Amino acid sequence: MIELKSLTKAFGEVKAVDGVSFTARDGEITGLLGPNGAGKTTTLRMLYTLMRPDSGQVLVDGIDAAVDPIAVRRSLGVLPDARGLYKRLTSRENIEYFGRLQGMDEATIAARIEGLAKALDMDEIIDRRTEGFSQGQRVKTAIARALIHDPKNCILDEPTNGLDVMATRAMRDFLRHLKAEGRCVLFSSHIMQEVGALCDRIVVIAHGHVVADASPEQLREQAGTSNLEDAFVKVIGSAEGLAA
Amino acid sequence: MNSIITVFLKEVRENIRDRRTVLNTLLTGPLMAPVIFVLLINGIVSRELDKAEKPLPVPVIGAENAPNLVDALKQRGVIIEDPISNPEQAVREQNADLVLRIPPSYGEAWNKGEPAQVELIFDDSQRDAQGSVMRLRGIIDAYAQRTSSLRLVARGISPSITRPLVVADRDQSTAQGRGGMMFSMLPYFFILGAFIGGMALAIDTTAGERERQSLEPLFANPVARSKILLGKLGATGAFALTTLLLSIIAFSIAGQFMPTEKLGMTLSIGPHFALLTLVTMLPLVFLIASLQTLAAAFAKTFREAQTYLSLLMFVPAVPTMLMSIFPFKTETWMYAVPLVGQQVTITRLMRGEAVSSAEIALCFVSTTIAAVIVYFITARIYNGERLAIST
Repeated sequence: MIELKSLTKAFGEVKAVDGVSFTARDGEITGLLGPNGAGKTTTLRMLYTLMRPDSGQVLVDGIDAAVDPIAVRRSLGVLPDARGLYKRLTSRENIEYFGRLQGMDEATIAARIEGLAKALDMDEIIDRRTEGFSQGQRVKTAIARALIHDPKNCILDEPTNGLDVMATRAMRDFLRHLKAEGRCVLFSSHIMQEVGALCDRIVVIAHGHVVADASPEQLREQAGTSNLEDAFVKVIGSAEGLAA
Repeated sequence: MNSIITVFLKEVRENIRDRRTVLNTLLTGPLMAPVIFVLLINGIVSRELDKAEKPLPVPVIGAENAPNLVDALKQRGVIIEDPISNPEQAVREQNADLVLRIPPSYGEAWNKGEPAQVELIFDDSQRDAQGSVMRLRGIIDAYAQRTSSLRLVARGISPSITRPLVVADRDQSTAQGRGGMMFSMLPYFFILGAFIGGMALAIDTTAGERERQSLEPLFANPVARSKILLGKLGATGAFALTTLLLSIIAFSIAGQFMPTEKLGMTLSIGPHFALLTLVTMLPLVFLIASLQTLAAAFAKTFREAQTYLSLLMFVPAVPTMLMSIFPFKTETWMYAVPLVGQQVTITRLMRGEAVSSAEIALCFVSTTIAAVIVYFITARIYNGERLAIST
């Protein structure tokens, strides 16, 4: 379970995140929806302790990120916006590296890679060097290494970015699979159909604020329209959000 | 501790797979210096030997004005060449090293017993010509000396009357000392080797990792950034140390092929030298690795980091240059200054001069302290939130 309480973060004059609060629960998929530049990535970066919030609190399974950032990172699986791989290492070596940094033993790492390779359908690429991988193969490797330690909470920043249709479908199935395992899944996106189709709960962010926090049905109800896209435009307050 | 080793092993493994890095560490870094050195020394030696024995060709203008002088020159190995029309220009344009001009008035002055004049045309800024000029002047001076002695004897006067004072040279420099002066560049080559060996990794593990966007996911792991940094520094240091080790070995071998004894010098490059050099260089390797990583951490891109690190490479050249231009007396405080301490220690070791264990310890400890300070500064930069952000 992930709880964010009144997070703020400013870069100089610009308030990138201005009082964001929401909760992502176990066994649910929470979607962080918002136009580009709305503050999604900054919010997530504070959540996985890459950045320190100016004010506010992050709690992951009840642990305060400001007090014990290492424990928080241990209980998180993170696919950041930046997902570079080590191209002179194989896919498996990339994943093993993160497994060791998570403090896992070799046998557990091997077993876990076996499972992830199956779930992500990456048996063919697992022992190839990642140089020359397609975008989809890179994302699969990045996700496998993020989840190597079997984290209770999964954070994915725009996981379908740059993926083709088949890879996107596979990714959505994988997110449902994570949810079915009882994990807390939090992902960000700027694609409405994706969020609408997957999420139990949608948190809409615009200009650093949370402008809506509801289930897809509630969101449609709230905006008085049956179309999620219209609802999205309405809660953001302008079409400017979509244009971005 | 485990995570430090994990980072270390991964960086080593990844960079061993990079052919260019491996070439730099194992070949270019350690071999460049000894090869340049052997070539340089061999060039100097063979040139010096050539100069002393080879016939000296000199264009002479007005040779007919002084047949006796010309004969004397010929006897001493000077080859009289045909006169050239514009000697000043020829010398300026380096078509001739030097030209001797004997004016028509020479014979008259000589016969009268007045000082006869010959002109030596040369360019003093031409280092190459200096040896020839000195040789010819020496030959002419000796001829003049001999003639003056003969003239005095003819008048019944002892030639010693013209020499009320004689200077006897008593050169106190040892053969090792003369060698060491020439070899004062050697410590710089060792330091340069450590720079080259660590450069690729310092860039790759910091600026490179950020540019490839892999630093942010790395920092999402439950490992303190200071530990990640230590692992990376360890790998950078290990590569630099490998380069240094090979460099010292290559020098010890190359030293056998340097014809230094022909110049009257001997070098003390043996196991003792190799070991003590390694000890004094060890903390410097890690100081350099930290400095390189620090510089690379400020860079946004791989290319920018390369620029910073290339500039950084000039820093160790400063004490080397100062010390070869100004022959400092070695003072104790010098051992306490990183870079200078290594410079002084290695130069003295090479000359076969004693360096006390206290001085080596001072050098080692002060450089270690400097390395630790730079590590902490780098760790501070590493903990900044800007570092991980790729864009």
